[in-house]
Amino acid sequence: MMRIEIVKRPQHSALFSALSPFIALFLTLIAGAILFSILGKNPISALDSYFVEPLTEVWSIHELLVKAAPLILIAVGLSVCFLSNNWNIGAEGQFIAGGIAGSILPVVFPDFQGWYVLPIMLLLGMAGGMAYATIPAYLKVRFNTNEILTSLMLVYVAQLFLDWLVRGPWRNPQGYNFPETVQFSDSAVLPAIWPDSGRAHWGFALAIIAAVLVWFMLSRTLNGFEIKVLGRSSRAGRFAGFSAGRLTFFAFLVSGALAGLAGIAEVSGAVGQLRTSISPGYGFTAIIVAFLGRLNPLGIIAAGLVLALSYLGGEAAQISLGISEKSARIFQGIILFFVLASDSLIYYRIRIVSRLSDTALKGA
Amino acid sequence: MTMFEAILLTVATAATPLLIAALGELVVERSGVLNLGVEGMMVMGAVTGFAVAQYTGSAWLGMFAAILAGAAFSLLFGFLTLTLITNQVATGLALTLLGLGASAMIGESFVGLPGIRMNSFYIQGLTDIPYVGRFLFGQDPIFYISILLTIGVAWFLFRTRAGLTLRAVGDNHTSAHALGVPVVRIRYLAVIFGGACAGLAGAQLSLVYVPQWVENMTSGRGWIALALVVFASWRPWRILAGAYLFGAVTIGQLHAQALGIGVPSQFMSSLPYLATIVVLVLISRNKRLTLMNTPTSLGKPFVPDR
Repeated sequence: MMRIEIVKRPQHSALFSALSPFIALFLTLIAGAILFSILGKNPISALDSYFVEPLTEVWSIHELLVKAAPLILIAVGLSVCFLSNNWNIGAEGQFIAGGIAGSILPVVFPDFQGWYVLPIMLLLGMAGGMAYATIPAYLKVRFNTNEILTSLMLVYVAQLFLDWLVRGPWRNPQGYNFPETVQFSDSAVLPAIWPDSGRAHWGFALAIIAAVLVWFMLSRTLNGFEIKVLGRSSRAGRFAGFSAGRLTFFAFLVSGALAGLAGIAEVSGAVGQLRTSISPGYGFTAIIVAFLGRLNPLGIIAAGLVLALSYLGGEAAQISLGISEKSARIFQGIILFFVLASDSLIYYRIRIVSRLSDTALKGA
Repeated sequence: MTMFEAILLTVATAATPLLIAALGELVVERSGVLNLGVEGMMVMGAVTGFAVAQYTGSAWLGMFAAILAGAAFSLLFGFLTLTLITNQVATGLALTLLGLGASAMIGESFVGLPGIRMNSFYIQGLTDIPYVGRFLFGQDPIFYISILLTIGVAWFLFRTRAGLTLRAVGDNHTSAHALGVPVVRIRYLAVIFGGACAGLAGAQLSLVYVPQWVENMTSGRGWIALALVVFASWRPWRILAGAYLFGAVTIGQLHAQALGIGVPSQFMSSLPYLATIVVLVLISRNKRLTLMNTPTSLGKPFVPDR
């Protein structure tokens, strides 16, 4: 009989702290190879078309940046939440709220045009996400309500509200009854970074800027220190005079603003109008991105690119291998499992002991 | 069948999956473990139940397979949180994300297929009793299982020695461990039971409630079940009451939509989610009472010292 034994390390391992995301990715590739073999595909060529081929063409690199932008933006905000022990898992709802709020200008006032339209849209998007994130934060601080459940319930509410909006009052009157708003005018579209080669838009640049700013805030300011202290031990934080309630608001507002920005950047840069569904679950996938990036905004940039690649790989695999693109979501789920499992190597030593040596030890 | 009876029956059908999933999670949380993967285990149960019923032609086999699938899936969570001591919140989320993704892929070929419905009982004489006959004697098997499960869980937790031990583990795992109670083993069993219940709840959805497969067909019911456990202050009979309350809200808004009362259907559909928030606020407003009811070790990592 084999048994797994966990021993707490006297201090956390810096080595595994750096290695764990790579261990997780490596294990995910192995699990993927096994999965493909079960599905009767050659695992090597399957992994190649999943994770390598999308990187060999210019247009698909653009797609990678399009998909990475919302993931990075949302995950950077979530890192502030998760580090401070605020479990905001409703980023998908805040993303939608941002997309809706940012679209007010181009949909309701389409004649309103000029260079100032886009900045206002982005600000409105951030405000929308922020406002929506305030609800679970307020309920948590004021009524002690579990933020996991409230923020998640609000996702469904936001999805239904968007559905109503684009089928009802905001539906394009000239749109042959399709549930879509009008196409945004040129001044309301987030432009492409390199318009000659592909459609990657400035949302990606915004994501990098946000990641660097939040990284600076977390690692170089008192506010960042407060977040980490209160996240690790609310007691220690209280002794230091930090207010947990204020911090909860701060974390939710930052992550709501970034999710909202991601929402309007996606709607304006990648879609060009509001539809019944504007996200393939970015708000949830960003949770995986945040953990794979070890809740470090700079790590999250890399992790966002990895998860974006999984979306592209899913599409590529559907075309070249005939595997459902939904396999990407399995990959994403498996990554998170392996990340969490390898993270425990940071704090614990894991030993596999056989019963035999165990009893021998006790006999001695 | 009268209108009243019809409504009562549909409320029971809407309440049953919530009841079963919440009872499972109740036992898990009473042992001190917070498994946020209910939605994922439930949707895996739903797709497995549907698939096995399709291939074998038997809804009963589908149901048993769903229970096994939920239990097996929960072991993944158990291994990570109990053996590798990972963060329970994050691991539960991972389970939900993986379950939603995996079920979407497994179920892709089932979309649009007519499902196999689990038959309701019919007992000559009894089922025909006016007003209550259909409700008491003419429902599907999973309804009766859910009621027996409520009685069973209430009896187990508060009337048996094993239940007392389980609650002790949830309230203070360090003391329980010091007394020689196998904390990790008990928690594994609780997690597996929770998984089996979530799987059964999923099977109810795809074999009774709407006998077909739709991607994400749990649509947040696993999360509502989690909220129900809080709402019920970790007590089985209150879960029964809460589940029927939510069943009534769900069915009420459906009827209101059908009557066309002028409110957009999307607003009506969001009522169960909004009701969950309102109920959570009301119940957790009293901080002291919540603290008193919550299992003290809930969600805390346990590293056995050797």
